[in-house]
Amino acid sequence: MQLHRFHGGLKLPDHKAESTVHPLLTMGVPKYLYVPLSQHIGAPTEPLVQPGDRVLKGQRISQAKDYICAHVHAPTSGRIKDIVDHPIPHPSCLSAPCIVIESDAHDQWGDTRLPAWPDWRERDARSLRERVRAAGIVGMGGAAFPTAAKLNPRAGKRIHTLVVNGAECEPYISCDDILMRTYPEAILEGARIVAHILGAEQVLFAVEDNKPEALRALTDARPAEEADFIRIISIPSIYPTGGERQLIQVLTGREVPSTGLPADLGIVCQNTGTLKAIRDAVLHGQPLISRIVTVTGPGIREPRNVQALIGTTFADLVAAAGGYAPGVDRLVMGGPMMGFAIGDDAVPVIKGTNCLLATRVEDTQAPGPVMPCIRCGECTRVCPANLLPQQLYWFAKGKDFDSVQDYGLFDCIECGCCAHVCPSNIPLVQYYRFAKQEIWGREKERQKADIARERFEYRQLRQEREEQEKAERLARKKAALAKKDTDPDKKTAIDGAIERARAKKAAQSNEEASPADRERADS
Amino acid sequence: MRFRTCTSPHLIPGHSVGGVMRQVLYALVPGTLAMTWFFGWGVLVNVSLAILFSVLFEALMVAARGRPVLATLGDSSAILAGWLFALAIPPLAPVWVLLIGTAFAIVVAKHLYGGLGYNPFNPAMVGYVVVLVSFPRELSLWPSPEGLTNASLTFLQTLQTTLTGRLPDGMEWDAITRASPLDMMRESIVSGQTVTEVTQSPLFGSFSQTEWEWAGNLFLLGGLWLLYRRVITWHIPVSMLLTLATVAGIFWVMDPDYFASPAFHVFSGAAIIGAFFIATDPVSAATTPKGRILFGAGIGLLTYVIRTWGGYPDAVAFAVLLMNMVAPTLDHYTRPRIFGHSRDRHG
Repeated sequence: MQLHRFHGGLKLPDHKAESTVHPLLTMGVPKYLYVPLSQHIGAPTEPLVQPGDRVLKGQRISQAKDYICAHVHAPTSGRIKDIVDHPIPHPSCLSAPCIVIESDAHDQWGDTRLPAWPDWRERDARSLRERVRAAGIVGMGGAAFPTAAKLNPRAGKRIHTLVVNGAECEPYISCDDILMRTYPEAILEGARIVAHILGAEQVLFAVEDNKPEALRALTDARPAEEADFIRIISIPSIYPTGGERQLIQVLTGREVPSTGLPADLGIVCQNTGTLKAIRDAVLHGQPLISRIVTVTGPGIREPRNVQALIGTTFADLVAAAGGYAPGVDRLVMGGPMMGFAIGDDAVPVIKGTNCLLATRVEDTQAPGPVMPCIRCGECTRVCPANLLPQQLYWFAKGKDFDSVQDYGLFDCIECGCCAHVCPSNIPLVQYYRFAKQEIWGREKERQKADIARERFEYRQLRQEREEQEKAERLARKKAALAKKDTDPDKKTAIDGAIERARAKKAAQSNEEASPADRERADS
Repeated sequence: MRFRTCTSPHLIPGHSVGGVMRQVLYALVPGTLAMTWFFGWGVLVNVSLAILFSVLFEALMVAARGRPVLATLGDSSAILAGWLFALAIPPLAPVWVLLIGTAFAIVVAKHLYGGLGYNPFNPAMVGYVVVLVSFPRELSLWPSPEGLTNASLTFLQTLQTTLTGRLPDGMEWDAITRASPLDMMRESIVSGQTVTEVTQSPLFGSFSQTEWEWAGNLFLLGGLWLLYRRVITWHIPVSMLLTLATVAGIFWVMDPDYFASPAFHVFSGAAIIGAFFIATDPVSAATTPKGRILFGAGIGLLTYVIRTWGGYPDAVAFAVLLMNMVAPTLDHYTRPRIFGHSRDRHG
């Protein structure tokens, strides 16, 4: 198959062998699990349980209310200890609501599983999507976008190709590699199910060429008659080839439009872990309650891949990998290029946690000193979006948010290539995130201001209308009175009263009554 | 357990500014040694003194601006500016030429504009142009290899000449200097000789005077090493030399008696060192790939124009400074097409 290239990118030391020398380790059930209500892109879920409730493994404990949202299930059986703010894996190091489950050590399913559908080929796309949604599945490559929504492209978009992303291009991470080596049949079955849901005619299964074992396992597991339907493709290991847009360019030579989605090209992209989860949900009725996490880096004694329940704390995970090595200094969720540093190892594994990287001081870039940009252009050379990172940097630093958008800020995928090659040690991606946040913040402010202005204008309009109505009422009343004035008896009676009042007033103050007074007297 | 947090990437960085600058310094070594071989100790004396002065001015300015002195000196950019300046100066130039030139390069062209990364003009070339237009006599006295061999100027005598501005007793400037190839070509053509007559002089090698050719070859070697090490990209040197050679070629084909050959232009004066070491100064050059091609082409064209019809025999410094002025505009109009955008977004 003819492969293509994307602009820039980096050849990075892959550091994957450290964690793949050991087979997959399935971790025991920890005493406490901290399951965040929000583990995905989109709205948070609403808990269905109360502290003190008993739950079974796989029981839905928090409910998705929105379309872009994913249910949360109990990873094991036990008692709900609390629903409380707990540190979550987020760059802010902030806490967020988590359901704390105290395990009863039975790890008991009960009847919480959904019906198994070995006959999934007989099911229509809609019910299969509904199953994916019911199982709470999100993209497991790290972004954690609710999968059911991704499997439902906008109307009129015919999907012909499913791209399976087994690239796993970031250094250190090997959870997909181990998954592909361990469960190749399950992943392929997941690919068949998703192709069935989408009506796709072909599956392009891309794996970086630094994972020969995974490639071999997949090729062995694929029946020969499916060779045309599921094509297993070895792609060059160039970071960030696992980026959805980059991968599609490598496989098809086509670029996903800047403001569009892969579906605009008739393509949907899924991660291998997601496919395995979909297969488990459809074939066995199991929700997404555990995943493989790579626990690795020079700060870990025995780097390896661990099958861990969602909600397992990083501390427990590290303990399962032999504990911290001396000199550990930084804990990162995700890979070294796009992952973020964690402030506290009490944070739990969530559905999107692919890797836990622990490094020592000597393994990472020091946060300073930052030198001035010398415009060397290395960043431009490596940028996979073909941006001018140094120009974006100047504009972001100068808070020139119009220019920074004109130079394509929102086409930046934050892969970190520019920051890695920067000789001046400038945290470039940090500047882009800052600029994006500022622009989003301003956009929100602007929307708020628009709403306020609309409200104000509506109020003014209403007041004007009320004034007008009042005036009209008054005019009608006046007209009615004028008509009454022509009534002779009444008129003489009124006139007489006016005369009397006038005389009285004149007597009192020697003042002429104003016409307004007369009018008031009239009414 | 608690950890410090820090922004990504969480890897050892591949480069540092100091590292990049030092690679350029290493790449200058062969050409500098070649020049020393042909032009005597003066080259090394100049390079050492210019580096010393540059670093001193840098330290003074950095201290005056309240920045960390040692950390800033560690970027080696002052050393590079001083070195490049020294190579442009005749090897027996008096010390005050070096002092004034480096002062302008570091104090005015670099730090008054905000220091490393903010200077719109190439500091070494600003320093050189200032002394070139101010002290034309001192800047035209290039020693000739034969003259030096005959005079056998020792290291100490060279140092003494540089510091005092006077040759040791019994030596004459006329005896040990001669016109550089560009000077010679220019004067001969003005006086009615043909290009062929000039180049048939025994001083000439294949394309230019032998010593300039060899210096050019070795700077070329250093430049290729920089390309191989990816310290510089091919755009500027290739487009500059190609444009210079093409334009020279057109005129040479039209009238080979009056216009020198493309090879003569490429191997004379500062063309090669300019293409690989001076025009590629990232701070003052264009940064987009297309912008760099235009930037290099502009320097090549201006170099030819000024050499042929201008008032100075060599023109690389002027051409570089002129193109420095348009670099931001070039960058603005040569933005690459962003991934996922249609082609017509930027003009």
